Amino acid sequence: MTAIASPPARSNTSILTVGGLLAAVFLWSLFTVSQTSDILMNVHAWMFVILTGIGLAALLIWGGSVQDRNVFDQTKYEDTVVKFGVAASMFWGLVGFLVGIVIALQLTWPNLFYFPEIGWLNFGRLRPLHTSAVIFAFGGNVLIATSFYVVQRTCRTRLAGGMWPWFVFWGYQLFIAIAATGYVIGVTQSKEYAEPEWYADLWLTIVWVAYLLVFLGTIWKRKEPHIYVANWFYLSFIVTIAMLHIVNNLSMPVSWTGTRSYSIYSGVQDALTQWWYGHNAVGFFLTTGFLAIMYYFIPKRANRPVYSYRLSIVHFWSLIFIYIWAGPHHLHYTALPQWAQTLGMTFSVMLWMPSWGGMINGVMTLSGAWDKLRTDPVIRMMIVSLAFYGMSTFEGPLMSVRAVNALSHYTEWGIGHVHSGALGWVGFISFGALYCLTPWLWKRPGLYSIRLVEWHFWVATIGILFYMISMWFAGIMEGLMWRAYNEYGFLEYSFVETVEAKHISYIIRMLGGLMYFSGAAIMAYNLVRTALGHTASQSDNLAAESRPSAAPALAE
Amino acid sequence: MGLMNNHGILERHSLLLTVAILVVVSIGGIIQMVPLFYMENTIEKVDGMRPYTPLELAGRDIYIREGCYVCHSQMVRPLRDEVERYGHYSLAAESMYDHPFQWGSKRTGPDLARVGGKYSVEWQVDHLVDPRSVVPESVMPPYAFLLGNELRFHDIADKLTAQSMVGVPYTSEMIENAAADLIAQVDPDADYDAQDALLARYTEASGREGTILVRDYDGDPDRITEMDALVAYLQMTGTLVDFSVYEADDLMNRR
Repeated sequence: MTAIASPPARSNTSILTVGGLLAAVFLWSLFTVSQTSDILMNVHAWMFVILTGIGLAALLIWGGSVQDRNVFDQTKYEDTVVKFGVAASMFWGLVGFLVGIVIALQLTWPNLFYFPEIGWLNFGRLRPLHTSAVIFAFGGNVLIATSFYVVQRTCRTRLAGGMWPWFVFWGYQLFIAIAATGYVIGVTQSKEYAEPEWYADLWLTIVWVAYLLVFLGTIWKRKEPHIYVANWFYLSFIVTIAMLHIVNNLSMPVSWTGTRSYSIYSGVQDALTQWWYGHNAVGFFLTTGFLAIMYYFIPKRANRPVYSYRLSIVHFWSLIFIYIWAGPHHLHYTALPQWAQTLGMTFSVMLWMPSWGGMINGVMTLSGAWDKLRTDPVIRMMIVSLAFYGMSTFEGPLMSVRAVNALSHYTEWGIGHVHSGALGWVGFISFGALYCLTPWLWKRPGLYSIRLVEWHFWVATIGILFYMISMWFAGIMEGLMWRAYNEYGFLEYSFVETVEAKHISYIIRMLGGLMYFSGAAIMAYNLVRTALGHTASQSDNLAAESRPSAAPALAE
Repeated sequence: MGLMNNHGILERHSLLLTVAILVVVSIGGIIQMVPLFYMENTIEKVDGMRPYTPLELAGRDIYIREGCYVCHSQMVRPLRDEVERYGHYSLAAESMYDHPFQWGSKRTGPDLARVGGKYSVEWQVDHLVDPRSVVPESVMPPYAFLLGNELRFHDIADKLTAQSMVGVPYTSEMIENAAADLIAQVDPDADYDAQDALLARYTEASGREGTILVRDYDGDPDRITEMDALVAYLQMTGTLVDFSVYEADDLMNRR
């Protein structure tokens, strides 16, 4: 009897500990509100007060009604938090893509899309909003949601920590809200992809440690002897992001009641630390995390085992070992000592192999089920995402070669490269996972409409091609124009001529982004209808959709 | 293969797996980053570098706040076309007091490492207010609102203190007089003694005459605006080292 009674008791402790933490942050924020003379901090402290206050109130009302009910029933999966994650991913994805279109329009028609009196809508403030919204809000929510789903299925146990997974989810949304409003009102520490200031960083650290513990805790009580390969990738993502986040964000606040802080590093050291962080945000947030998605959702959807167990071991360890070294390729020909640049370049070129190892392992998982590429657009989307992954992980090493980098760095080529990886790889594998998860979670026989998935796939794919090709064109052109000499030995072009020359490319890029956004909007509609339990007419779903059972066990 | 068979150990022990991951991902970072803090030739010895004056520091904070770094690099590479377009290639020493660095990663606009003194103060203000009034093809956002925003510098001494805590050699005298120095730099008619004190402090830190520009920047001597601070910062970027006498001595830095 005691054995049965103890889990709910322990879980109720989690309600208390989460409540305690929220209360502490609430009080601290309230104190900050009363002390600060910084308007920006006042805004953020109030946000903390209100949002943690709402969280606390919700927790009290709900926790009070729990009584003796076994709310964290250990015989059931915690899927509600995953549902929230799916919804949040979709929402933030649309927001992030939309802001991307806005800033693309600003660069294309600056006279129409800038407002002299509304400085907070300027490119410099919206660009971090765009990057953070797509990487951390969209990508991060996809990762948290899928990792919570996958770790439960592959460990055949409920998420650990009772209330804590909910803290991770809502705590992460609070971080996003603070970061996003911060960029717009002018709170930034200017480290790319790590712009939020010290207090947001502290909050994220708490959330992230909770995330790690929930994830590890679930693995600790697993009912499978082996930890499934997707979980190695999730674990390396969570652990490494924690390390990167903490080291890169070490800074000295000007005041404990103000927003501004100064990095403890300066100049060269700060540059290397930042790009060690920046490149490995790509490596461990946008790569290993999404490879984990690949390792669960592709085999599951295709109903085939992972192609090679050995390859997954070899490419996992080599990928995470080599990635960490690649940062200095962002600093070629800068004041960073050349030995560090050379190391960065060498390891970047080596990185090509483990990257392709992952791609091969994912694509070849379709062995024996190649027909699904034709019949199931969700599978096709995930396999095409691997094709984009393969392409951008070839392009990356190429661009990291010093001679190539001399041309490509600082140009639109870099923007094109990032987006082929982000839109093609990260976006498509995420869409694939969301298309799988929605019917699974809401217990529907299938998606609302397969035909709409086809539309999404083609509109988005063509959008990516528009984007990539226009940016290759613009980047290589401006790189060549910057270094062009005329017959008298003078520089041929002034800088602004190179800006002018990119106008057509900018228009095409904007159209590409618009198409990609339209695809995502189609997906959002499709997923909402799916969750509501609707089914489109028969002709929309003629394609044979694989309908995996809810059984968690994976084919070895 | 034996190694492969032993992988099962990691797959069965989550803590071991976590530790193994942490070790594997730490190696590269440690080997690349740690020596950078200790090797003496990482940052060359040059004359002229000094901490930012309070006004310049306030301007730099606005540069950061507005996200200028997302479109403008501050790192001239030692390539022929860049040196001819922007000036002498950037030295590590030139950003030694930059917390954080502003090297950037993208040139949607030109490099700004040596924009200081390249244009007149009036041009900078006009350009910031309406970029397309002076460069018709520009895609830069307008910053007219900086003219209207009074510079808030009640915490300027705290900023200098925080900077000194992370290693910038601000003296206690500089910190105590931070607000007075800020006012003295932008309001030349205010107090000649304060102005002289500012010049003396930062010239001594630099070891070079003429690195501090004292004047009204935004065209409105009665107010201290964010425009004053930002233009003061822009007008000094890349001007501290005197390249007419600079010679790279370390082979590592002779690029």
